[in-house]
Amino acid sequence: MSKVYIALQDNDESRYIAEAIEEDNEGCTVIHQPAMIRIEREGKLVINRESVEEKMGRDWDVQELHINLVTIGGNVDESDDYFALEWNQ
Amino acid sequence: MAAKKLSLKDKYRLLTRDLSWEPTYRDKKEIFPLEDFEGIKITDWDKWEDPFRLTMDAYWKYQAEKEKKLYAIFDAFAQNNGHLNISDARYLNAIKVFLTGISPLEYSAAQGFMQTGRQFSGQGARIACQMQAIDELRHAQTQIHAMSHFNKYFDGFNEFMHQHQRVWYLSVPKSFFDDARTAGPFEFMVAISFSFEYVLTNLLFVPFMSGAAYNGDMATVTFGFSAQSDEARHMTLGIEVIKFLLEQHEDNVPIVQKWIDKWFWRGVRMLGIVGWMMDYLLPKKVMSWKEAWEVYYEEAGGALFKDLARYGIRPPKYVEVAELEKEHISHQFAFTLYQYTHAAALHITAPTEEEMNWLSEKYPNTFDKYYRPRWEYLREQEAKGERFYNGGLPQLCQTCQIPMVFTDMNDPTQINYRDTHYDGERFHFCSDGCKDIFNDEPEKYIHAWMPAHQIFMGNCGGADLPSVVENYYNIRMGIDNMDYHGSPDEARWKEWKGLRSVEDKLKEAV
Repeated sequence: MSKVYIALQDNDESRYIAEAIEEDNEGCTVIHQPAMIRIEREGKLVINRESVEEKMGRDWDVQELHINLVTIGGNVDESDDYFALEWNQ
Repeated sequence: MAAKKLSLKDKYRLLTRDLSWEPTYRDKKEIFPLEDFEGIKITDWDKWEDPFRLTMDAYWKYQAEKEKKLYAIFDAFAQNNGHLNISDARYLNAIKVFLTGISPLEYSAAQGFMQTGRQFSGQGARIACQMQAIDELRHAQTQIHAMSHFNKYFDGFNEFMHQHQRVWYLSVPKSFFDDARTAGPFEFMVAISFSFEYVLTNLLFVPFMSGAAYNGDMATVTFGFSAQSDEARHMTLGIEVIKFLLEQHEDNVPIVQKWIDKWFWRGVRMLGIVGWMMDYLLPKKVMSWKEAWEVYYEEAGGALFKDLARYGIRPPKYVEVAELEKEHISHQFAFTLYQYTHAAALHITAPTEEEMNWLSEKYPNTFDKYYRPRWEYLREQEAKGERFYNGGLPQLCQTCQIPMVFTDMNDPTQINYRDTHYDGERFHFCSDGCKDIFNDEPEKYIHAWMPAHQIFMGNCGGADLPSVVENYYNIRMGIDNMDYHGSPDEARWKEWKGLRSVEDKLKEAV
């Protein structure tokens, strides 16, 4: 199984998103690079709106992800409640 | 009672399914005349999906927020003399390559997506092209804005669009996009959205941004990030286009495979320029081209092609050649540009001892064996006051337009020549990949505007190289070109940073 990945700009908002991802995706790897946070995981990675809201302490629209996104690898599935990356292998 | 808020899926459906109509008094084929001729079969445009489900209201909202953040940083950079905080003025040669070679491609991409979007009868595809066209226009504008600050203090930035249309090495990126834009609409999407954006764009933007950050260029790293946040959407469009075409009809599979093969190879050739930028033009180096290739192509591309295997798609043809090239290509590019710095809109130097040591470490199999001795010889010549400039014009590959400088990767002392005969003439190629592309559509490539040929035909401002450089390229001799050592850029930088040597000061005192 290949790895899916997401990279976010390293800033105050992304740090909460990264925390939420870490909690919801067992076994994911978080790599801090200059000005960037890269998170990868075998097969699938999910960002849940509720978890991010819990970390940020405010409402969070899944589409706000666009503001801090750098790059992704994997097939995208997005709804009002989550953003997921997955390989179909 | 307030209306119930629409879900993401409903909003996207209303935008991409509900605003279109079936023509009644005109034949659909007349309205979309280019949809059929490439042989692609679309049975149901309704299957088109944008997984981000972005609608115009959300698009404007988030794009506006990105722009506000970006321009606040441009202002801060200019107000705080950001150009004095870069690692070294030599760094700007990488930025000159970016402005003359890459930013005009963003504009070309905007035009390409406008032209292509018009040709699709499917509404979802038209909207995706519209948003991407606006993104690409934004990238061109923000890049030009960011780099305009350097134009106030350094040479080589003032004629980028003129030079993009004319200068020999800039015909490499220009011809890449011209080739895509003169193809049919589906080939354009496979070329740009899939092969370029999905498979290769990370190689360009991600290490480039890290490089700008390492070299203290806050304006560039910020436009890079801001553009890249759009690229994540473009990449997703790329993979969706491929899946859509492959799921529509099995007859599409071999056509799509041929385009993947072609555009992978075209992209690999063009991105050799990025390898040169990373390995040779950044004074503070981040990652070698070889390392970038391994992370962003071998690992990420490998996962992608495993995913596409279920459709009967295999990894691109000649990927094994590209893998061998990762240890050589940046050095071979660097030699060529070093020899022709008098005909380029930037200043190029031989690597320093410290830089060569870095290259030895990053390229243990090849640098000391093949490339270090050549640089050492060139540095000796330079020390004797005989800095080498090549007075001839290079033979160019008819497909990628790069001078024929690449070697057989198994024998790096032997130039890799390929040729073919067509319509009574002989055409030359740098590789089997480029030769195959020509042979598949010779009538297209025999019309290519080849910079070296055009000079010999007398179409470029004069009979000798200085006339071409000054009159046709608008490169100012001794100001915009030649070695960095002795350039006005170097002199100004040293003056501002208080780096003048005792020797220089004594000379001025006399």
